[in-house]
Amino acid sequence: MTEISTSPTHSFLDYAPAPESKSILHLKKSYGLFIGGEFVKGSGKPFLTVSPSTEETIAEIANASAKDVDAAVAAARKAYDSTWRKLSGADRGKYLFRIARLVQERARELAVAESLDNGKPIKESRDVDVPLVAAWFFYYAGWADKLDYAGLGPNPKALGVAAQVIPWNFPLLMLAWKIAPALAAGNTVVIKPAETTPLSALIFAEILQQADLPAGVVNIITGAGDTGEALVNHPDVNKVAFTGSTAVGRAIAKSTAGSGKKLTLELGGKAANIVFDDAPIDQAVEGIVNGIFFNQGHVCCAGSRLLVQENVHEEVVERLKTRLATLRLGDPLDKNTDIGAINSREQLDRIRTLSDIGEKEGAERWTAPCVIPDKGFWFAPTIFDNVSTSSTIAREEIFGPVLSVLTFRTPAEAIAKANNTPYGLSAGIWSDKGSKILAVADELRAGVIWANTFNRFDPASPFGGYKESGYGREGGRHGLAAYLSSAGWGAK
Amino acid sequence: MGCEMTRLAVPKTYKLYIGGKFPRSESGRTYEVLSKKGVFLANASLASRKDARDAVVAARAALGGWSGATGYNRGQVLYRIAELLEGRRDQFVEEVIATEGVSKAAATSQVDIAIDAWVWYAGWADKYVQVAGNGNPVSGPYFNLSTPEPTGVVAIVAPQQGNSLLGLVSVIAPAILTGNTVVVIASEAAPLAAVSLAEVLATSDVPGGVVNILTGSPAEIAPWLAGHADVNALDLAGAQSLDWVDLQVVAADTLKRVLAPESGAPAPSLERIVAFTETKTVWHTKSLL
Amino acid sequence: MTLESAQALAPAERAVGLIGSDLTEKSLRLHLEGLPGVDAVGLEQRAAGLGTRSIKTTSKARALDTIIRLIDLTTLEGADTPGKVRSLVAKAMNPDPSDPSTPRVAAVCVYGDMVPYAVEALGASHGDPAKGLISVAAVATAFPSGRASLHVKLADTADAVANGADEIDMVIDRGAFLAGNYGLVFDQIVAVKDACRREDGSYAHLKVILETGELNTYDNVRRASWLAILAGGDFIKTSTGKVAPAATLPVTLLMLEVVRDWHRLTGERIGVKPAGGIRSSKDAIKYLVTVAETAGEEWLDPHLFRFGASSLLNDVLLQRQKLTTGRYSGPDYVTID
Repeated sequence: MTEISTSPTHSFLDYAPAPESKSILHLKKSYGLFIGGEFVKGSGKPFLTVSPSTEETIAEIANASAKDVDAAVAAARKAYDSTWRKLSGADRGKYLFRIARLVQERARELAVAESLDNGKPIKESRDVDVPLVAAWFFYYAGWADKLDYAGLGPNPKALGVAAQVIPWNFPLLMLAWKIAPALAAGNTVVIKPAETTPLSALIFAEILQQADLPAGVVNIITGAGDTGEALVNHPDVNKVAFTGSTAVGRAIAKSTAGSGKKLTLELGGKAANIVFDDAPIDQAVEGIVNGIFFNQGHVCCAGSRLLVQENVHEEVVERLKTRLATLRLGDPLDKNTDIGAINSREQLDRIRTLSDIGEKEGAERWTAPCVIPDKGFWFAPTIFDNVSTSSTIAREEIFGPVLSVLTFRTPAEAIAKANNTPYGLSAGIWSDKGSKILAVADELRAGVIWANTFNRFDPASPFGGYKESGYGREGGRHGLAAYLSSAGWGAK
Repeated sequence: MGCEMTRLAVPKTYKLYIGGKFPRSESGRTYEVLSKKGVFLANASLASRKDARDAVVAARAALGGWSGATGYNRGQVLYRIAELLEGRRDQFVEEVIATEGVSKAAATSQVDIAIDAWVWYAGWADKYVQVAGNGNPVSGPYFNLSTPEPTGVVAIVAPQQGNSLLGLVSVIAPAILTGNTVVVIASEAAPLAAVSLAEVLATSDVPGGVVNILTGSPAEIAPWLAGHADVNALDLAGAQSLDWVDLQVVAADTLKRVLAPESGAPAPSLERIVAFTETKTVWHTKSLL
Repeated sequence: MTLESAQALAPAERAVGLIGSDLTEKSLRLHLEGLPGVDAVGLEQRAAGLGTRSIKTTSKARALDTIIRLIDLTTLEGADTPGKVRSLVAKAMNPDPSDPSTPRVAAVCVYGDMVPYAVEALGASHGDPAKGLISVAAVATAFPSGRASLHVKLADTADAVANGADEIDMVIDRGAFLAGNYGLVFDQIVAVKDACRREDGSYAHLKVILETGELNTYDNVRRASWLAILAGGDFIKTSTGKVAPAATLPVTLLMLEVVRDWHRLTGERIGVKPAGGIRSSKDAIKYLVTVAETAGEEWLDPHLFRFGASSLLNDVLLQRQKLTTGRYSGPDYVTID
């Protein structure tokens, strides 16, 4: 029985806790490396993965040494030579379809694990991350036996062993972005999830076992930066795919130079979200919120620079603040949480440092009113208004829930300011005038442009950047090119 | 008057081609271009890093107009190059023979293939977007279209061994047809055809700055281009004999797109066209309400 | 009809205040067409997002009671009889005889000719829902089509008010609106508002039904909402319930955005009433969330928000019984009207 209390002083908006149950998880105390289809001990010193919302330990995770990397690459090579390359495209596809279905079946469990380990709100892991993971495998499954139609000429060939290193912001989704096209194209994989978010990848390894995927086709090794470095620089790797910071991407581009390894990089961003005075205003405000506060702003394509036309600047900022006041920060597993935990103390420190710099450089700081829990890593949604183009927070990727607001007068000025960055991953445009949107979209130097929407992802839609945001595309037909060598495109 | 004397020829001064103009190297340096047999042919400008810098500035300045032109327009401009080249066919054959020491048949064949390459690439200008781009059937109420766009300013080391005209055309044409602008280092040993090609470009409809041709030492200039932050891509087609891995490493500082060295003149290919494009994907909401 | 006559009417003050004293068809049109556009995809996504709020345990219990307090318990059938209306009133006054702690609904909503029976049946319970009493709302103006002369519409309205209706639910002339005759629609609302005037100078509350299912676009819903407010409406209401789609969450969200903006602009609070199609507690809770997170929780008040519904009440009662007893209830344990 539930006590029915209807005290009139009680706020409707004080929603009672609605936590997603953790009982669906069956976690082990410690996890090994997934090599050759089995969990094996790592030879490095194991590390702990903690929940960023409580700082409690979730599990002990094996640490792959250079020796373990060798073993994983060898397993992938063996699987490539003995099994995977001999399999028909149709059969590769069937394995991927199986994986897609198993992800759907275990969706809730994966979502809970993701929110626990990453700190993201369960509504996002449940409604965005995990459904997209299943969709990604489903989409690329169908490509496996249709590679002749991928636009790369007849009979394109797999590259061999793919080394893949992924970040902590969308742990399982980034894994899917990497593994699904690689396998569809006929490669085998060694993947390293981020040090702070290995959990969902390890549950995914169990799914691979349930799918009966041939041993060694996918190897999942956990560890820190040195493990990733050993992996991408391994001489028996044919392909390197990395998603993460531009600094690390640059280092990989250097270390793989001249190696003949095909490289795709999906790196940082400092996206402009351009709001014109004829924008659908309420949807634009939602789009700004979704653009920078989705996943705590831990999004490489986050709309971190709001460029708003000066005649609606005050109104937009005011509406934005009103809206932000309704965001709920707290327990990632609570179904009503909008803003979860910052993934790590290190990241929190970086956000704080950059925000302090923003304030020192003269921008007006505003913080959404919300109660910060005692334990864990948290950062309240923050807006910096009247930011100048030269300000640090207008140039550096913060990777947190921090929005810089700049103004513009003409479309030309908006375009110039939007493009005035070494990055070029994404951008947003808000206007009710279609011709203006298309003209502005033409001028923006960014790989993904969202018009009257933001932060939409789909396995059929290519994603990736211009300039220092990296190269290569993930998703869609274009995403296959990263994992295939074309046989003949020449003039005949 | 000495009407019995053979007429004294007027030799050409071979200069750089930057921003649609033919400057000498700002350094004032030249180097001797010799025939295969070691006979002096001409003094070519020995481009400096500052010439390379000026060429990048010119290429950047030309980018907006050239990439903003329609594919149909760029296609016609490229086709016009083929027309003009055809008209000066004999001159190019002679220059190829002089610098490469090949037979007339081989030189003629090279020039013909180069002309045909312009024609082949010209036809792609208004088509590659259709082939390399596509609509994406996303699961939601969105218009979603991926289209390739030019990467920007491309620095190119042209093939250095033989094929002094064809090699050059094989790297310039696929890069510019999409709207890129280029700074290209011609064959060091056989730059005459390159400078003559520049003259063709200058009298064709190619806007100044779209193609910038430097003669001189790739080993000296290429590192400056590879490290230039305002260069977006690097084509190392002719860089086999350079420390090209170092160039690639330097290029990684600004994450340039890099094509590795190839032997000979790269065959015409769509792959080469698409190599220096960026896929832009535009989403737009779609609704009747 | 010109707008000069409209200007003379007191309730048009809002329009004069906002647009200026030179109120004309043209200036009204410019104002309405100058409103920011609505992106349908974004609006629907926001509504869907609000719909994922998980309202559990104590919050759910409070929400269920709030829903009941905000219901206009409705019967609008050609087959309605005085007996049916008395039964409806009985249910309104005592929704769950097995649990006296159950709150009362805000109002009963009936056709104009049924107003006297409703008033009679309510007796001393008739009055302001803010004071725990129950209002009588009457649909008027040739509901649901609105296809009658203005004279008939005004008579319909005045009749209901004279018979004791506290609230008038009028329909706008959708044909005129869609044809772009904003001035005509405006004038009619002003005239109906005037017909709501009682002898003592007070007014019955006017709910303006936009019939959003016939307005085709969200942009039209936003314009019609502004038009209704400018002309003096106390409430903007989605639907008659006779046209599909009736109330939807995105439309209601949009109308809540309008009243929020009106409040931001003028400090005045306008009510919103989704009507038709809201049958489950689960759906109704989504509306409460949408109200609280869009206009603010002060709108969760019978003077500012109502559900136009008939079968919703019984579902809420079943849910309420489940929360009280800990067991799932069944339809035999609530009364049918």
